[in-house]
Amino acid sequence: MQGIVGYGAYIPRNRIKVEEIAKVWGADAPSYKRGLMLEEKSVPSPDQDTITMSVEASKNALKRAKIDPAEIGAVYIGSESHPYAVKPSGTVLAEALGATPEAHTADFEFACKAGTEGMYVALSLVKADEIKYGLAVGADTSQGAPGDALEYSAAAGAASFIFGKENIVAKAIETYAYMTDTPDFWRREYQYYPQHGGRFTGDPAYFKHITGAAKGIMDKAGMKPADFDYVIFHQPNGKFPFRVGKMLGFQKEQIEPGWLVNLLGNTYSGSSPLGLTSTLDISKSGDMILIVSYGSGAGSDAFIFEVTDRIDEVRDLAPKTRDVLENNRNYLEYGEYAKFRHKIKKAD
Amino acid sequence: MPTPSRYWREIPQRYRFEANQCTKCQAKFFPPRLICPECKNKELEETKIEEKGKLLTYTIIRVPPHQYVDQAPFAVGIVELDDGVKLTGQIVDCDFDDLKIGMRLKLEFRKVYQEGDSGILCYGYKFVPD
Repeated sequence: MQGIVGYGAYIPRNRIKVEEIAKVWGADAPSYKRGLMLEEKSVPSPDQDTITMSVEASKNALKRAKIDPAEIGAVYIGSESHPYAVKPSGTVLAEALGATPEAHTADFEFACKAGTEGMYVALSLVKADEIKYGLAVGADTSQGAPGDALEYSAAAGAASFIFGKENIVAKAIETYAYMTDTPDFWRREYQYYPQHGGRFTGDPAYFKHITGAAKGIMDKAGMKPADFDYVIFHQPNGKFPFRVGKMLGFQKEQIEPGWLVNLLGNTYSGSSPLGLTSTLDISKSGDMILIVSYGSGAGSDAFIFEVTDRIDEVRDLAPKTRDVLENNRNYLEYGEYAKFRHKIKKAD
Repeated sequence: MPTPSRYWREIPQRYRFEANQCTKCQAKFFPPRLICPECKNKELEETKIEEKGKLLTYTIIRVPPHQYVDQAPFAVGIVELDDGVKLTGQIVDCDFDDLKIGMRLKLEFRKVYQEGDSGILCYGYKFVPD
């Protein structure tokens, strides 16, 4: 049986509050906080990007996996903020971990589901016995245009998973993918900020694909919402995961352990994978976990995991996600945030 | 780290902290050496430096080289790692008021430098509070 042998998370320490952004644009902070169920979001320092966060999250995953990195046969990073337009992110990660040269490396892109895409492929290669271990990261330093609703949520973080067949922390019981061509959110070549279709990102996009993938995987596995201890949905804002959970018949208590968005923001490719790390942090042997990602464009990947008793052995070998999220926070003013995110145009 | 080739040559040290150690006198070298300068032994074995240590001394750079202007002011310190190796590096994620001689620090992977708007991105280690 294949599954997760190690997992790790990384979240930058910088935060900006909804009030601080709203103040600059003359927006009503309480209505944004209520409407999006957001308090604050993480912000990368100028020396942090998708590659640096992927390395740190993966080193945490290696601490829990306790494997020789030279045995990792695939290294994937899913992100919509790869630092280079041409030159892979995965090669830096593989080199930093000591997984080169005998490894397959690829950078995935599919809006917010690029992370679970990498997980899907790495897990499948392990299942097919093509590789002994496969590593996949979901990471982003996502950007929202100044003043746009996305600016309140676009955040930074990374989650890394190592898949294998021995010493499993969580067995992969089932996988499922659901996608259509739906232009709800995009960024054209050479454009700095993405565009989105406003309310079109809801029903025909997020809700259709998440419910489609969740129902599909539960049918395939012969399971129903009550059979799961925890469920993680993609978290573009605070409200959507609870609303889609209710539509599918899940309870608030099943969603809350993996619901990080109110303090973290939307980490795009890292969003549902980070929710999975925080859920694994508090899970126990036998727990059943459903994770459903969502990426605009549009599609969802779904996985069912069953936690094993090895979780007690590895949980404390690396920082727990919620501890990192709730401690060591450094609050920025909008000016510092604008500088950090390169929103200020300087003279050449 | 001004050129891709020089940056590339330093990857084993900047990414993975690869060092070597004299098999006779146990002296440790980072970056690795071909001959031990202590006992002239040519047999050295591969090892890694420890990733945690304590701050020996530091300074705040307020007038940096031009490629670091956006990062200023920033702290640079000498850290004695747990294996005795002394390493110089930037200290980040720490307010200047919280910097204390003897404080525990660890290495973290960060972007150290970028060659303008179109050159390569240079990654490596910086120190953060442990």
